[in-house]
Amino acid sequence: MTIAGRGAWRIAWPCLALALLLIALPRMGPVFHAWMPELRAPVYTRTSFVALTAAHIGLVGMATLIAVVLGLGIGILATRPATRSLLPTVRAVAVIGQTFPPVAVLAIAVPLLGFGAAPTLLALCLYGVLPVLGQTVAGIENVSRPALDAADGMGYGRWRKLWEVELPLAAGPIMAGVRLSAIVSVGTATIGSAVGASTLGAPIIEGLVSNNTAYVVQGALLVAALAMSIDAVLAWIERYVRRGLV
Amino acid sequence: MSTRTDLPLALLSAVGLLAATTGTFLEVAPNRLLSGSALALWHVPPAMGGWVVLALWCWGLACSLLATKRGLSIACALLVGLPLLAGAGAHRLLADAAVHTTRIQLGAGFWIMWLAAALLLLDRLRGARRVVQLAIWTGVVVAFVVAGWSGAFADLALVREYAAQRDVFATALRIHLLLTLGTLGLALAIGLPLGWIAWRRRRAGNGILGVLSLVQTVPSIALFALLIGPLAWLAQHMPSLQALGFGGTGAAPAVIALCLYALLPVVRYTLAGLDGVPRDAVEAARGMGMTRWQVLARVQWPLAWPVLLAGLRIVSVQAIGMVAVAALIGAGGLGRFVFLGVGQGAIDMVLLGTLAIIALALLADLVFQAALMLTERRG
Amino acid sequence: MIELDHVTRRYGETAVIDDLSLRIEGGELFVLVGPSGSGKSTLLRTINRLISIDDGAIRIDGRDVREVPVASLRRGIGYAIQSVGLFPHRTVAENIATVPRLLGWPAARIRARVDELIAMLQLDGENVLDRYPHALSGGQQQRVGVARALAAEPAIMLMDEPFGALDPLTRDALQSSIQAIHAQTGTTIVFVTHDMDEALRLGERIGLMESGRLLQVGTPLELLRDPACERVRAFVGGENPGLRELSVRRVRSVLRDGEASSAPAVDADATLQQALATMLEHGSDVLRVRDAKGTTLGVLHLTDLLARKP
Repeated sequence: MTIAGRGAWRIAWPCLALALLLIALPRMGPVFHAWMPELRAPVYTRTSFVALTAAHIGLVGMATLIAVVLGLGIGILATRPATRSLLPTVRAVAVIGQTFPPVAVLAIAVPLLGFGAAPTLLALCLYGVLPVLGQTVAGIENVSRPALDAADGMGYGRWRKLWEVELPLAAGPIMAGVRLSAIVSVGTATIGSAVGASTLGAPIIEGLVSNNTAYVVQGALLVAALAMSIDAVLAWIERYVRRGLV
Repeated sequence: MSTRTDLPLALLSAVGLLAATTGTFLEVAPNRLLSGSALALWHVPPAMGGWVVLALWCWGLACSLLATKRGLSIACALLVGLPLLAGAGAHRLLADAAVHTTRIQLGAGFWIMWLAAALLLLDRLRGARRVVQLAIWTGVVVAFVVAGWSGAFADLALVREYAAQRDVFATALRIHLLLTLGTLGLALAIGLPLGWIAWRRRRAGNGILGVLSLVQTVPSIALFALLIGPLAWLAQHMPSLQALGFGGTGAAPAVIALCLYALLPVVRYTLAGLDGVPRDAVEAARGMGMTRWQVLARVQWPLAWPVLLAGLRIVSVQAIGMVAVAALIGAGGLGRFVFLGVGQGAIDMVLLGTLAIIALALLADLVFQAALMLTERRG
Repeated sequence: MIELDHVTRRYGETAVIDDLSLRIEGGELFVLVGPSGSGKSTLLRTINRLISIDDGAIRIDGRDVREVPVASLRRGIGYAIQSVGLFPHRTVAENIATVPRLLGWPAARIRARVDELIAMLQLDGENVLDRYPHALSGGQQQRVGVARALAAEPAIMLMDEPFGALDPLTRDALQSSIQAIHAQTGTTIVFVTHDMDEALRLGERIGLMESGRLLQVGTPLELLRDPACERVRAFVGGENPGLRELSVRRVRSVLRDGEASSAPAVDADATLQQALATMLEHGSDVLRVRDAKGTTLGVLHLTDLLARKP
């Protein structure tokens, strides 16, 4: 019971913190005013925090979904016998791609798609594919030889083997890749507001530009809580997926 | 698809061919801030060059149907030839241009083809002897350096941007490196002892790792931002710190935040390294009368070191990328080019910063790979 | 000389070594044998203070081991273990030189000593010095482990089931090496094993342990002929005590004068078990006994095997 209880608490507390911040921050004008009396507008009001959070989650969710579909698809393709010769090239792309800093990917997307949410989404997808892809390949490659031999011996077909043996056994690493992809996306989406995407990065960037530390703190607190919430939820799913496999 | 098909060559040639026929090879912009008009490969003078590129990709596609591994020479030719062609094209276009502010930028088609060529070369050299690999890569780099030296790329917008900002660029590069090295140094100074403590006391270790992985999830810019307040307060109340250049914005919060990120991998890999030391070797060392420090210095450390080095490879690549974000809080570095460029709409500036960051990250990766190879020589 | 004086070591409530006293003479090859969990390894490790004792005292040549700084105590005692514990990042030569280096020997002396040990352990001719441990076979690794333990010419050597993980042929060869080294150097060896055949073959005296106590201490023949209790009889005798006894006695001890030039030959240092095997093989009830040079020393009759002479 304690493990389940602790697991639930691990998800609950960042989410609670996020909810609390979303409710409390807009009402904390006097507090920020008392802290930084020199600011005329101590609370960010251009867009509501709830709307920014929703947009942030939407962007990250969409990007992660696309990343999972692409990463999983390419990863599975590159580990099939017929297309296996592509594996080194796929792996090279995943490894070299991850040395590209997220900011760089974002910056490169701008000239292609202009300002706004589109380049951010592209950057998130491009960058988000890599961890999913890398972990899918690693996960499938690390499936134990005896398990595969046993599946072959029992007369599993190629796709059935993939679906019932390889993917379930690789689910843990793949989920870890999804989690990493989502967390990186949360951070990159934040910077995305520097190229015009509407995310929780907006108060931070605007605060930095106009020297309004209160905005910066508000945005940073929300982003931190959001990131921890998403990580906690995905970590819980990862644990659930790994359960019974190790 | 027949099993005889050379899939990597087929795929990369197809991508190259697609980029060559539909992609933009060069863009002609009236000045560094306005966006340009697209030029396809065969509109770039000298026209012969475009056709040769096209023919090379087609040849690659044709060769992929043969069972034998071909394409090494195609990859080398394209890797070196594409930039040379772009440089030559830019030179001609610029000579014909009416306005002297005209800029010739590299298009998406160029970048995709160039990347495909690089990946092809990487794939073809797999399994080759190390000497051959080294020789060919050295050859490619030397060809680039020689061509660059003799001004073959001088008329490309990217190079012009660099030439115009050479001094600023050098400073930014130096700051970028200093911030990265400072981060690594600080993270090692704190992370190594922390990793050792975590190894000695498992429960404390779990706590340390838990806190650090929580920090890891916070986006870098949020962590930078959250440090501004406390550090500004510290600097206000301790003038001695302020005198050292310590404040709410600038290098101090950048290095502290980056170090917080770097700590998790450093601690985790230190732990993994120490865990990987065979217990019997430690037992034998103690049995032979080594003191605790001698065991640490002569047995545990040398055996844990390669694992830590693998961790440092990840940390340094990650840090180089994150230092770029630190430009937002005034720490400088190559990220300044990126954000200033985005702000002004000056794409060349963005690319200059971005490419330099990527090159730095890849270089760090290579250096650590080489170091790893040297330490694993005996393993 | 190693004296253990009412030594006790507890883990929580249970005493893994229980008020145990023992005296091992200088130059002796003493084997501690017993089932797993009997405390024999623990006892061995208290001698070089890898494990501390709760009560009693351990003295080496009259000096309490706790009075000696632990590092210098261990540097003066060789230590070899089953898992060998070679340092994977150092070459064979560097591994062997570990303790001499800790002791600050000059380089030339270390090099000479390493060469000497390589020859002593029959590792010469295999060009192992500059190789790393992972490139060696299990038997070679253990030879290097023993060489490393012997490197600083220790007066005492502790060996904790050093041959437990080796195949029978390799183990046999290493057991012979240990006997030869012991004869050559006169090092006091305390040898822990759970294999009674190994104990009977190597031990000049054997201490049989169970539950942290010594059931009996004596020569192999004493243990076989006069077991102190039923437990000892069960451990030592096994299924065929008579054959075991033949395996610890030597031809030399029972041969008699005579000539039998046509009979099959047996070595004077062979065990009576080997002699019996030779008789069975050739269908002969008499053997010609010769020494290592081939000189005939006497004869051995089947009836001699049955006589219970020492």
